[in-house]
Amino acid sequence: MNNKTREPLFHIAKRAALPWYRTWAIRGGALVLALIVCALITTLVTGENPLQVYVAIFKGSFGTSRKVWVLLQNVAMLLCVSLAVTPAFRMRCWNLGGEGQALIGGLAAAACMILLPGKLPNWAVIVCMTVSSILAGAVWAGIPALFKARWNTNETLFTLMMNYVATQLVAYYCVVWESPKGSGNIGIINPNTQIGWFPQIGSYKYLLNILIVAAVCVAMYIYLNFSKHGYEIAVVGESERTARYVGIKVDRVIIRTMLLSGAVCGLAGLLLVGSTNHTLTPTIVDGRGFTAVMVSWLAKFNPVWMILTSFLLVFLSRGAGEIATRFSLNQSFGDILTGVILFFIIGSEFFINYRIIFRRPAGKED
Amino acid sequence: MKKIIALLLALVMVFALAACGEKPAENNAPAENNAPAEAPAEAPAEAPAEAPAENAVTVKAGFIFLHDENSTYDLNFINAAKEACEKLGVEYLLKTGIPEGQECYDAAAELVDEGCNFIFADSFGHEPFLIQAAKEFPEVQFCHATGTKAHTEGLANYHNGFASIYEGRFLGGVAAGLKLNQMIEDGTITADQAKVGYIGAFPYAEVKSGYTSFFLGVRYACPSATMEVTFTNSWYDPTLEKEGATKLINNGCVLISEHADSMGAPTECESNNIPFVFYNGSAADACPNTFIVASRIDWAPYMEFAMTCVANGEAIPADWTGTIATGSVKLTEINEQAAAPGTAEKLAEVQAALEAGTLKVFDTANFTVNGETLTEYLADVDDMGDFQPETNVISDGFFHESEFRSAPYFDIDIDGITNIDA
Repeated sequence: MNNKTREPLFHIAKRAALPWYRTWAIRGGALVLALIVCALITTLVTGENPLQVYVAIFKGSFGTSRKVWVLLQNVAMLLCVSLAVTPAFRMRCWNLGGEGQALIGGLAAAACMILLPGKLPNWAVIVCMTVSSILAGAVWAGIPALFKARWNTNETLFTLMMNYVATQLVAYYCVVWESPKGSGNIGIINPNTQIGWFPQIGSYKYLLNILIVAAVCVAMYIYLNFSKHGYEIAVVGESERTARYVGIKVDRVIIRTMLLSGAVCGLAGLLLVGSTNHTLTPTIVDGRGFTAVMVSWLAKFNPVWMILTSFLLVFLSRGAGEIATRFSLNQSFGDILTGVILFFIIGSEFFINYRIIFRRPAGKED
Repeated sequence: MKKIIALLLALVMVFALAACGEKPAENNAPAENNAPAEAPAEAPAEAPAEAPAENAVTVKAGFIFLHDENSTYDLNFINAAKEACEKLGVEYLLKTGIPEGQECYDAAAELVDEGCNFIFADSFGHEPFLIQAAKEFPEVQFCHATGTKAHTEGLANYHNGFASIYEGRFLGGVAAGLKLNQMIEDGTITADQAKVGYIGAFPYAEVKSGYTSFFLGVRYACPSATMEVTFTNSWYDPTLEKEGATKLINNGCVLISEHADSMGAPTECESNNIPFVFYNGSAADACPNTFIVASRIDWAPYMEFAMTCVANGEAIPADWTGTIATGSVKLTEINEQAAAPGTAEKLAEVQAALEAGTLKVFDTANFTVNGETLTEYLADVDDMGDFQPETNVISDGFFHESEFRSAPYFDIDIDGITNIDA
């Protein structure tokens, strides 16, 4: 029994590529395990019946047609920011500034809505909002990109810090445009004239947003997979030197891609201000710039899979809100469950790439 | 092999635990549809007794909060909502963490879908989105705390509520003034050094009304007092509030009060041994040596009143202002360790005078602006986004705060108060 060269109980080895049904079996298994662990936590900590909690989570997104619309709207907005950061990520350029880029786009849109009425007709205000938001987002991403391309600064830190600058700028303008005086709150912009409000399609408040983001999603998929630009992004992401060797101007690709990234973030800010909220607050993007990082990674930077991953995250967060209301639990409890589920989903990728080999039962083992 | 068996055994045990755990929970199953676990038992018992009117309606209440119970501001509302609903035996749903945007409208609409016929929101920025919902659901009553627009919006189902918290702050100021007197008598400070500091959130009428009434209370007890004010431009920012306290203490303020929602300033006062008067709730546990007293709004009377109106099919007034007399303005226990001796007796006496109406907080005889006594003042009571003051609010020798609408509109800079940020 006491061999000197004891084989460990198990060891880890890299797997060859698995057929698709096995990878999905592993992912499905992870989800089932996650649900079991969540059920255990729920029962032990709160004494609620986990099945009822799951039903409540499901109802939080699909309980009524209104909830479905809210779900779709939230998925669309999260997807929009996620699509925005993806081209940069594919290039291995970590744009963590989605929050600030969307916020600054929203600020530009709000500025047009507040300053332009009376000077321009409604359609022209909307055109100005669109152009200025997209430009503002692009500039906000372009500054760190320029520094990276020219002086090889770290884009992760730079884009992250630009978020705080954007938040403070918005907080400042909330005081400038406040109503009533001293409140630091803008309130709904142009509530009576509705100037700068995006049109509503029929009786569906959020349909326009959803359609716009769906179009962006398709366009981004085509751009990344079937265009020359998309190919260049992929090459730069794989190896900058290879890209240089084959004659790709790396600096230009970095700046161009980051501008695109920022522009789509700016579009997200435009939709949040012009189409959804009609107001501006420093928290209007609501952390989507950071959640987008996870959406994009989980989907392996594939725009179509991102529909699924952003749906999953919104579904879980809406469910968290629902169980907070339904069981008088704190919203944080829902977030704990979300964390457990994400942990298992991310962990399952490990088992797709690696396998665990257990010690073979040797002949003399009892 | 043993290890694998051990692992399996552990798993089996865990599942067994889960199976046992689920059984008692199943007993709760019928309650699940009634949403909050606390409500169901009382609901059938008390509802009939509560609604004697002929056109009685069963109330189902929905509440919308900006944050959850970790914010002192929202906790104050959450406690009031539970208290009011349990007292009336009303079924209720709470939605926490609702931002001041379209989410507020969505939350209100979802509550309507759930069958709520009374909806309450607690944050100033919720107002326009709640109005949007009120227009869409005319059969549902909407109440909003701290809002300004109900009396001009003209909707039969949208209402604002507030409380005459300036009375509570005045009482807090009296307690602070007594403390200053004690320090002067001790010889700790001279009468000219009786300077208090105040940390405000925004230079908004609600905050200005608050610190002015506090200051008038201080001077009621200690006539030589002056005050310095600094703003954080945020409702909740522990760091800025702490820095504000440091700044005021360095400027020579010997007592601090505040209108912001964190514990930043109190902890700074405790470590510098500077007495302070707090807001929203007691800080006696965290700051036993320096916390004197705190005032707060109790929202339960307003919620009870509004829900009773809904139950009886009566109209809720566009504006409702609770007072000390209705139990809407409350003081916490006085911390004897920090307060001056005799504070409780003096406060009881002043409170009785306020309730009787013989003492007015904003008596024009007690304050001046640029050395002159005001005889009239136009305030922007009708908040139409035009910033145009239109209503004279001074008559009979005092400023009529929270009479023309529930939310405060006292925004005058009076003599004796210095804004150190200006």
